[in-house]
Amino acid sequence: MQDAFLMDRLQFAFTVSYHYLFPQLTMGLGLLIVILKWIAMRRNNERYNTAARFWAKIFAINFAVGVVTGIPMEFQFGTNWAKFSTFAGGVIGQTLAMEGVFAFFLESSFLGLFLFGEKKLGQRGHFVSAFLVFLGSWISGFFIVATDAWMQHPVAYAVDAAGNVQLQSFWGLIFNPWVGWQYVHTMAGAVVTASFVMASVGAYYLLAHREEEYGKIFVRLGVVIGIIFSFFMAFPSGDAQGKNVAYNQPVTLAAMEGLFQTKEGAELIFIGQPDMDKLKLDNPLYAPKLLSFLTYYRWEAEVKGLDAFKREFWPDNIPLLYYSYHIMVGLGTIFIAVMVISILLLWKRKLYAARWMLWILLLSFPFPFIANTAGWMTAELGRQPWLVYGLMRTADGISPTVSAGNSLFTLLGFLGMYFVIGVLYLFLVIKEINHGPEAASIHH
Amino acid sequence: MEILWFIIVAFMLTMYVVLDGFDLGAGIIHLLVAKSDDERRLVLNSIGPLWDGNEVWILAAGGTLYFAFPLLYASSFSGFYLPLIIVLWLLMLRGLGIEFRQHIHNTMWKTFWDVVFSVASILLAIFFGAALGNVVRGVPLNREGYFFEPLWTTFTIVPESGILDWFTTLMGLVALFTLTTHGANYVAMKTEGEVQSRARSIASKASWGVVLTWVISLLAVTAIHPELWNNFSSYAWGYVFPVIGILGIVGMFYYNPRKEDGKAFLSSTLFIAGMLATTAFGLFPTVLPASTDPNFSLTVYNVSAKSYGLSVGLVWWILGIILASGYFIFIYRTFRGKVTLTAEGGGY
Ligand code: HDD
Ligand code: HEM
Ligand code: HEM
Repeated sequence: MQDAFLMDRLQFAFTVSYHYLFPQLTMGLGLLIVILKWIAMRRNNERYNTAARFWAKIFAINFAVGVVTGIPMEFQFGTNWAKFSTFAGGVIGQTLAMEGVFAFFLESSFLGLFLFGEKKLGQRGHFVSAFLVFLGSWISGFFIVATDAWMQHPVAYAVDAAGNVQLQSFWGLIFNPWVGWQYVHTMAGAVVTASFVMASVGAYYLLAHREEEYGKIFVRLGVVIGIIFSFFMAFPSGDAQGKNVAYNQPVTLAAMEGLFQTKEGAELIFIGQPDMDKLKLDNPLYAPKLLSFLTYYRWEAEVKGLDAFKREFWPDNIPLLYYSYHIMVGLGTIFIAVMVISILLLWKRKLYAARWMLWILLLSFPFPFIANTAGWMTAELGRQPWLVYGLMRTADGISPTVSAGNSLFTLLGFLGMYFVIGVLYLFLVIKEINHGPEAASIHH
Repeated sequence: MEILWFIIVAFMLTMYVVLDGFDLGAGIIHLLVAKSDDERRLVLNSIGPLWDGNEVWILAAGGTLYFAFPLLYASSFSGFYLPLIIVLWLLMLRGLGIEFRQHIHNTMWKTFWDVVFSVASILLAIFFGAALGNVVRGVPLNREGYFFEPLWTTFTIVPESGILDWFTTLMGLVALFTLTTHGANYVAMKTEGEVQSRARSIASKASWGVVLTWVISLLAVTAIHPELWNNFSSYAWGYVFPVIGILGIVGMFYYNPRKEDGKAFLSSTLFIAGMLATTAFGLFPTVLPASTDPNFSLTVYNVSAKSYGLSVGLVWWILGIILASGYFIFIYRTFRGKVTLTAEGGGY
């Protein structure tokens, strides 16, 4: 059984992390395309329309992969997590079903219109369909995050005679106190990804001395939107997420921060390696008392360390959790720095000629994907050993009749398939970028 | 309340089969009706803006099943583990076949995705039929309501059944012929010229397959699972469902030679809806019969969520379906009429 448990976890972690690489770009680009179309309409500027059409092509490829990798997610709760589904379906089935009914129908219908119907709909109608695709993807994000939020912080439920949870209050589920900041933090993370991708493609055109008019548009929009959302990631949304964890899952916070001993005036660690044998942090680089201040607004406040909790309640992979968290926060800090420098250069009208900065922007695009994935690893590993926090252990949630061999077989299948999909995806996107925006103009 | 949700889930699944059924059907006949690149683009354009929305019906139905009948969702999805994952892979390949094909103008690339699209569609039709066959035949449920089925055993029903045995394979063929006809009717309705006449001729041949396999499967059901007819003897109004199905078949044969493709398409729609409703009506209140011990069977009463959740669900479900119907009507109106290649390049 232990093996099946491991396989189920690996399969879920792999497929959901892979899936999330695509929706984050969908949700972020959705917003940026709406902005491009808006500017095109307001200024009656065909160049922005062409730019929107160019990004729509990439959006379409990305969306297709998001859809095909999303389909298995919807079913895996049943295939691999049957006990969990029986237990929690009465509550989280609500949000998952609502995602289908309210978000996926909207997105998929209007994507067809957006991609195929520009001539039939006219500019205004085309703008509206772009907006509805964007809206649909953000609603989708809401329901899935609300589902996750309930697993992090179960509310609005009652346990029935069979020991399963049942919904008690619909609005309680929707307005779960955990969901608000988690949602805005996640959506903002998606916008950060898209703005870096856009700036990176723009930097490529400028560096390659082709399609420079478009290159400037992309760099400008990417940097302007990017700086707003990069700041927002750290403050207020990241900060608020941290407080959420501190107040509701103190043991998770201790593990994330690598705080082994309870302390008054706890320090904030920047770099260091958790040592699970000696239960301490090796080679720490830290700011004294800062953690206490950030969590409780008092320099001397006590922060509970791992020693305050029974070992069976510790997250089961503390080093990975710790590193994931520090990678996310570290990258977030670097994003702010990159964007601040870019915006200063833009303001001084030097950015388009500053080749060193354009190179940095060009090479930066993978990192928001890494930060988002690391963020989810933090959230999901931090929840361990619970599947539903405080209610159901992860080990108790798996399907009783699916053997380790079967899960391993399907995991390998997903690995192979996703590898091929990934290669094709990159190939097609690179091809579109190489083709350039001018090819998407109507005169062409 | 459970009964209402049973109807809702059955309705959503029927919508799925009717809607995604025609684009699956278009995939099944893709290589046969469309020979040149232009013809293939024509077929793909006829479903291009619609297929993803159609497919959402199964996602939404899955979500609704999850929320209204958690144990049924958990038990059947984990029990049908392997075929379900294979279905997922096929759905993925098929989606990629549709979406990736037009991005590179190279004959080998296009042929490759055409074949992927078509083969995946064929296998999906068979698997969906076999899935229905499994639900009708029953599975070895244990006391807790779980089971696991291998892909196949000896192809016989007793003592150890597999996902594929002679009965479920037969049901797979019923589905294959049905969706072939349905898809061919759709393609005939949306196209002109060569493609249209090929589609008509496929539809007329495949409808014979439908009749043949359907009659055999009815006999088979009566042999292995006669209880399915009990509900009909208790509630005679249930006979409207098979009657609708038969009307559909008659319509298919009547309209096809008269070249009234729209009405033929409507007829195959009726046939599918009638047949699925017949099955659902016959099974009720069982949703997954146990081949082990009838007491272990899953019924709508022992798998459902509790009533508070089901009642609030009704509110948002109705709202959501009204909205979704609005989108569907809007996009189907926007893309109504024959597809052509010249007018619009066909998306980006
Ligand atoms: C571009 C991506 C990105 C960036 C730059 C950041 N985050 Fe983040 N973070 C996410 C992307 C993300 C995420 C993927 O969206 C997560 C996963 C779950 C969630 O709610 O958001 C997340 C989770 C997450 C959690 C875990 C919540 C939990 O355990 O449930 C905390 C405490 C923070 N974030 C805090 C921060 C702070 C203090 C940042 C400072 C710079 C930061 N994040 C930058
Ligand atoms: C797209 C964003 C998400 C990512 C990247 C993500 C990532 C992960 C990772 C890395 C794990 C493995 C943890 C471990 O095995 O220790 C995991 C587990 C899991 N996550 Fe998430 N997750 C995401 C969203 C969600 C959502 C929205 C849900 C719920 C609806 C969810 C439910 C689960 C479940 C059921 C498991 C398996 C049990 C477990 O190991 O905790 N995840 N996820
Ligand atoms: C935070 C985590 C997640 C977010 C924000 C998210 C969001 C999205 C978005 C925006 C899409 C639109 C298509 C695209 O990707 O381009 C999508 C597709 C999809 N997602 Fe996710 N997803 C997440 C994780 C999951 C999980 C855990 C599931 C499983 C329940 C899931 C199920 C699906 C499905 C079924 C689709 C296909 C929808 C279609 O056909 O349009 N997603 N997701």
